[in-house]
Amino acid sequence: MRLLINKIFLSLSVLSAVIGLAFLAWILITLFIKGLGSFHFSLFLNDLIDGGLRNLIIGQFILAAIASAIGIPLGMAAGIYIQEYGQGKYANIIRDLSDIMMSAPSIVIGAFVYAVIVVPTGGTSGFAGAIALAIMMIPVVINTTDNMLSLVPRELREAGIALGASKYKVIIDIVIKAAKVGIMTGILLAFARIIGETAPLLFTSETSNYFSLDLTESFPSLTVSIYDLANEPEESSRDLAWAASFILTLLVLIINLSGRFITRNKK
Amino acid sequence: MEKIFQKLSLASASLVFVLLVGIFITLYTAAKPAIDEYGFDFITNSDWNKEVSLESAPADTLMESDSDEIVDEDDMDIMDEDDMMLDEDEMMLDDEDDSLSKTIFGGLVPIVGTLLTTLIALTFALPIAMGIAVFLAEIAPKNISNVVGIAIELLAAIPSIIFGMWGLYYFAPIVADLVGGYQVSLLTAGLVLGVMILPFMAAITRDSMNTTPAVLKESAYALGATKFEVIKDIIFPYSKVGIIGSIILALGRALGETMAVAFLIGSIFVLPQKITDPTISIPVAMANNFGEASGLGESALFYLALILFIISFAIISIAKFYFLKKAK
Amino acid sequence: MPVLNIKKFSFTYPGVDHPSLKNINLPIKKNRITALIGPSGCGKSTLLRSMNRIHDLYPGNKYEGKIEFTDENKITTNILDIKKENEFIELRQRIGMIFQKPTPFPMSIFDNVAYGLKIGGIKNKTELEDRVEQALKDGALWKEVHDRLSKSAMGLSGGQQQRLCIARAVAVKPEVLLFDEPTSALDPISTGAIEELLVELKKDVSIAIVTHNMQQASRISDYTAFMYLGDLVEYDKTENIFLNPKEKKTEDYITGRFG
Repeated sequence: MRLLINKIFLSLSVLSAVIGLAFLAWILITLFIKGLGSFHFSLFLNDLIDGGLRNLIIGQFILAAIASAIGIPLGMAAGIYIQEYGQGKYANIIRDLSDIMMSAPSIVIGAFVYAVIVVPTGGTSGFAGAIALAIMMIPVVINTTDNMLSLVPRELREAGIALGASKYKVIIDIVIKAAKVGIMTGILLAFARIIGETAPLLFTSETSNYFSLDLTESFPSLTVSIYDLANEPEESSRDLAWAASFILTLLVLIINLSGRFITRNKK
Repeated sequence: MEKIFQKLSLASASLVFVLLVGIFITLYTAAKPAIDEYGFDFITNSDWNKEVSLESAPADTLMESDSDEIVDEDDMDIMDEDDMMLDEDEMMLDDEDDSLSKTIFGGLVPIVGTLLTTLIALTFALPIAMGIAVFLAEIAPKNISNVVGIAIELLAAIPSIIFGMWGLYYFAPIVADLVGGYQVSLLTAGLVLGVMILPFMAAITRDSMNTTPAVLKESAYALGATKFEVIKDIIFPYSKVGIIGSIILALGRALGETMAVAFLIGSIFVLPQKITDPTISIPVAMANNFGEASGLGESALFYLALILFIISFAIISIAKFYFLKKAK
Repeated sequence: MPVLNIKKFSFTYPGVDHPSLKNINLPIKKNRITALIGPSGCGKSTLLRSMNRIHDLYPGNKYEGKIEFTDENKITTNILDIKKENEFIELRQRIGMIFQKPTPFPMSIFDNVAYGLKIGGIKNKTELEDRVEQALKDGALWKEVHDRLSKSAMGLSGGQQQRLCIARAVAVKPEVLLFDEPTSALDPISTGAIEELLVELKKDVSIAIVTHNMQQASRISDYTAFMYLGDLVEYDKTENIFLNPKEKKTEDYITGRFG
């Protein structure tokens, strides 16, 4: 009887895993079929105004890149503070607050940026969108930096200090270097995450049908446009939305897998 | 140099604190007009963007001005009773209107929508996530566990808008076929939300389970326990706190999810009669209406955002401080 | 004149109410090897780590007494008075430390050994190369690595890594070297190699070594200090400690009755 229960339970567990994998497969296959169906290389050559996705893809990248340029240094510096310099209470509070912010609703971040940037500057801008993404990225980078630095053995720091190096030199020359691979993976995963975000951009940078590098205006975004296109009645818009979804997912998964691959290799 | 480095890193760390406080203050300030106007009734009022005529109110409480600003709390209670007009997404705030009417915003529908979709998502995801975690932690041999683990984490990496697309065009029709009702509804939104939080819950639960010391498990096996019994009697109790923490954390995330739900919930400000009816949630209300909102309507949206922010913050804090800290 | 003279030294860890070291009086003699032995928890590592103030990485310690350092110019300072960052740095460039676990930095072999020199301000390429070569020779590692100096230090074996750490510490030409159980993580052959190295090194530096291996202490040290529960029980020439201990506790420990 016990063995029967055991068998049932274990089978259910395997079944759950299969279900989980099935969902993944279902989504990916759907994307593949619908996406490839509407795919052609002119998507990369035309902008949305001409039925292509070029401006959107480039725009999304630019937004994510700017967000990273802001978010990565700030996040790493904060992570270094918490792990290396922080003494007790304050550092722990910041760590906890950062963890909370990691799970904060992205649309609320969008509303925040709307109120503090879009409204005072009189309109949506790529700049505002990038800031919203940066705010989302910072807690993730803090978390990964903090965790990776904590894995570096204490003796390594002491050995550096014992040679007469100052604390910040030990951190930069030795500790960060030792944690380099883990931190890089974490950053790549963070990048993959924000490049797929939609909600923070909805009313901060919106999107644009045209190719643009002007960050002071609405800025083309792949994710926001997918939402717009999916809501349009025309079949062709829907098809374009699928093609865009396919490309977006491919992008996110490639970046995500690259991050994991780096860790695997360096070991 | 050392000092500069130290100060810079401290400043960056403090930024987190500043941001959090800033978000709260900003939301509150932007929501204040609506808070002043509607008070806590906002949470129980299911009317959204409803034009209400002021003619039915006692004359001495009426002001000549046309706008929706200076009205007594009492008036609102009297007035929102009988009207059955329902607007959809258009937010028309007519400040120049000479007729005596004002617009009422009540957040009940999106709040209920948010809570119910999250509940459905959790109910759906919990057993599957636990099953996956058990599979990864205890059943699968190492290489399979690694591969499946990565697959599950990839599922978590898929952007939420993709879930929306897939959910709307492929998953929802099947659900609607199976249980009847609308394709865009509380149920379909909740289920897709469930698929989204599934990997997150599974991963954290698996990590929690893996903290159980091997010697503890071995002692149980040595007494002749089956795998199920070891999981039930040793591992789960040991990692219980971490598991509950992960569930609450997933709950917190589900509350704030926007894009997938936007595709699937229907986006109408109506309380659902059945689980298969369309309705709306807070993030979706914001996503759809922010663009055109102004005045009190925009303020009402910020009020919703504030409520969502507070609920999420509270739930995630509980998860962190009470449950996950104990696990460590 | 001992190079380090520990006088009436007591030490309390932060957040603890009883001292881990009580009233220690111990000289570290110049160009000699002094071993600190005793059972686990006796405070020998704590004492060693006080000699280069590495405890101060973790603030809140309480010190009493003095630790006097007499350098090659015959100037004596109490290292417990040091408060400023640059004074700490200078102290550690003169009193080096090697740890129980080999700690190669994530860099090439050359960069590892050169690290202390570079932060000490030496930039000249030729000078660096000469000093690195000398240090590796002093560390008995040159023959094995001279043809792969640019390779990562992580590729070395445990024993080689530890000799690398010794070379790294020696490169800055310190006056004192502190060894905290340097061979407990190594195999017997590497241990033997490092013990030989230490005996050679004492010509140029004064050495204090913590070890839980009594045979090691009796093999290589000139003086031995036996510690127990935070007290210095007995200090003498090594042969006296091992052949003719004055205190009963010492004798019990030596003969293996406890510890």
